[in-house]
Amino acid sequence: MTNPFDFVSPPIDQIGLIERTQKFSTRSIKNDSKVQALKLALSMIDLTTLEGKDTIGKVQQLCAKAKKPHDFMDVPTVAAVCVYPNMVRVAKQALSKSNIKVASVATAFPSGMSSLKVKKEDVRYAIEEGADEIDMVISRGKFLQGEYSYVFEEIATIKELCKEVSLKVILETGELGSLDNIRLASDIALHAGADFIKTSTGKISSAATMPITLCMLEAIRDYYKKTGLKIGMKPAGGISEAKLAIHYLVMVKETLGQDWLNNSKFRFGASRLANDLLMQLRKQETGFYQSSNYFSND
Amino acid sequence: MSKTNSFSLHFETDWKYADAPESRDHIDLKEQYELFINGQFQKCSSAKYFDSINPANETFLAKIAEANREDIDQAVKSAKSALAQWQKLQAKERAKYIFRIARLIQERAREFSVIETLDGGKPIKESRDIDIPLAAAHFFYYAGWADKLEYAFPGKSVKPIGVVAQIIPWNFPLLMAAWKIAPAIACGNTVVLKPAETTSLTALKLAELIQDAGLPPGVVNIVTGAGETGAELVNHPDIDKIAFTGSTEVGKLIQKSVAGRNVKTTLELGGKAANIIFKDAPIEQAVEGIINGIFFNQGHVCCAGSRLFIEESIEKEVLEKLKWRLETLSVGDPMDKNTDIGAINSKQQLDTIKKYIKIAKEEGLKGFESNQSIPKKGFYCKPTIFTGVSQSSRLAQEEIFGPVLVVQTFRTIDEVIEKANNTPYGLSAGVWTDKGSKAFNLSSRLKAGVVWANTFNKFDPTSPFGGFKESGFGREGGLQGLDAYLKMD
Repeated sequence: MTNPFDFVSPPIDQIGLIERTQKFSTRSIKNDSKVQALKLALSMIDLTTLEGKDTIGKVQQLCAKAKKPHDFMDVPTVAAVCVYPNMVRVAKQALSKSNIKVASVATAFPSGMSSLKVKKEDVRYAIEEGADEIDMVISRGKFLQGEYSYVFEEIATIKELCKEVSLKVILETGELGSLDNIRLASDIALHAGADFIKTSTGKISSAATMPITLCMLEAIRDYYKKTGLKIGMKPAGGISEAKLAIHYLVMVKETLGQDWLNNSKFRFGASRLANDLLMQLRKQETGFYQSSNYFSND
Repeated sequence: MSKTNSFSLHFETDWKYADAPESRDHIDLKEQYELFINGQFQKCSSAKYFDSINPANETFLAKIAEANREDIDQAVKSAKSALAQWQKLQAKERAKYIFRIARLIQERAREFSVIETLDGGKPIKESRDIDIPLAAAHFFYYAGWADKLEYAFPGKSVKPIGVVAQIIPWNFPLLMAAWKIAPAIACGNTVVLKPAETTSLTALKLAELIQDAGLPPGVVNIVTGAGETGAELVNHPDIDKIAFTGSTEVGKLIQKSVAGRNVKTTLELGGKAANIIFKDAPIEQAVEGIINGIFFNQGHVCCAGSRLFIEESIEKEVLEKLKWRLETLSVGDPMDKNTDIGAINSKQQLDTIKKYIKIAKEEGLKGFESNQSIPKKGFYCKPTIFTGVSQSSRLAQEEIFGPVLVVQTFRTIDEVIEKANNTPYGLSAGVWTDKGSKAFNLSSRLKAGVVWANTFNKFDPTSPFGGFKESGFGREGGLQGLDAYLKMD
């Protein structure tokens, strides 16, 4: 399908990459521009609960928060709720009559250490339960063994199952060891048919950073330049403050521009972020910070 | 594969940055500034003053004294009479003064940043994040050397030179003052410094700070004025050394004037740096480095990467990425914290840049510029890139000193080295490749004082800086920077 000479990942210079992200962080975002950014960030959140102790009650509460992030402020809903496959139906029901999507992790999340057969079954089940989006993990072990075509084929196979469903491919960047590897994994996922590429599972301590996200955004940009296809990006984990989220938006704006500044092309995999965004929005409205007790923890 | 360039990105987004102007309320500027001689501000004997204006909006900032022969004579005499005491002082005591200056600059960094930006037109984020912190760093660094000079040059006995005349340019006003003053006084010399006429204010603020630091009178004298004032200083019979940073043209005049005199000289002059990008480079970071290399400080940088050499096979990709990046550089009010490219330093410099853009058009060069609008009042120039430029073009040969990049292509390493060295200048160069061996090969064959690999425009007090050929001689910064201010036996 793809010409092999067309598929060469460029090297990444870590120092230069970090320097670039520092420039995004020095942008000063104030007043209306800040309010707009806070609302935009809120609309891009995938509220997530991925725990062994998830219950129907917990998922329902999370869905309630997703639909109505704040009691009386005029704010957008979040983009999606992300759960394990067996909670998809619960979330789907709780979110009926809303535009909020239900995303399900699958493919032996988070390690991905299973057979392709099991992974396919996992995905099929999540889709049958009603998932709008699938967050799959790549086989990092195979990747690190150098079996890139295995990784490619696996994503392409899962993609075939997804048809109407949006496929997010989690690279688990914290396990890939280098920016060159992150770029290569991004290119593999993009060429194999990902609708989104995503940094992390949230299950290891090393999660999304701005340099890693920039590296992936640049892969998305090169892929767009080559194919005209606009693939989405989802940094996950480690983004809990509004200020940092705004820096991410600056990065998206200055790297990919208008077409990526919406929740069909950019998501935050972050749950704690929502309340900080709300708190900052409330501060912009009233001029004062409210106690965290005024923001519901779901 | 044929339609690779048809997909466009839209950087004009619904979400826009609101104005984020830095406040100038905390700035205390006098209506009129005098000469700083022998620890005091004194009126100039010419009674002539010139206006310093804000190039961003052409408004008046302050009146600046114009020093004439008499004033220069007083300043040099003051420096000469301060020598004995300054040299008698224990070196560690000299160091304390310099440390104090460094700390005071840090304390007053915000004030200095704002004045630097108002007076010179550079973006506040650059004066805040680069100019002022680096100026303080230079004082800190050379304060550390003051009592260790004999360890810097083992086996040699070192002595200060005497009275040092220093003339600095308008592109990094306070930073250049720091580059010059810090090593000179650390080595036990005394100084007469003349800032450029369009950017005297931070040097005069530094004079106030030096007063506050309690530096003995006459160790540092700061005299203001234009070229004539500079000439008086250069030709004064009692100076022992000249340190000049500025144009190659003036550098040549200075060398003529010191011929036959016992005056040590260091010159840091113009440049036309080659920034070379190979196909195995980290392309995205290289693009950022190219942008930083030429558009940092509106291109008013002697070591700016003003000649870009792209390996031909990646020309299209690099140019497209440069085009995208150009659209996200915000050009405008230097006081806005989000401005990337501020105002051109003076009307005169803007005219020079425009002259070269006109020459480019006459030569039929193709190119592109940012689509952003620029303010109507003030001196502004859109960042501009000319492509397919040949070695014979005047734009590839002459220093423009503005936000104008000329792009050439190459096929082999030998070819690009030949082209890169084929210039009267030799101040700096940049190499972008993921291959370490290639970077080392080029850095040893490029005739340039500084060769950056996979980065550009990086400065540090510990690292020597200076040129080859018509870019000057002598090194500033680092251990090597001490050498220029010492006599050795």
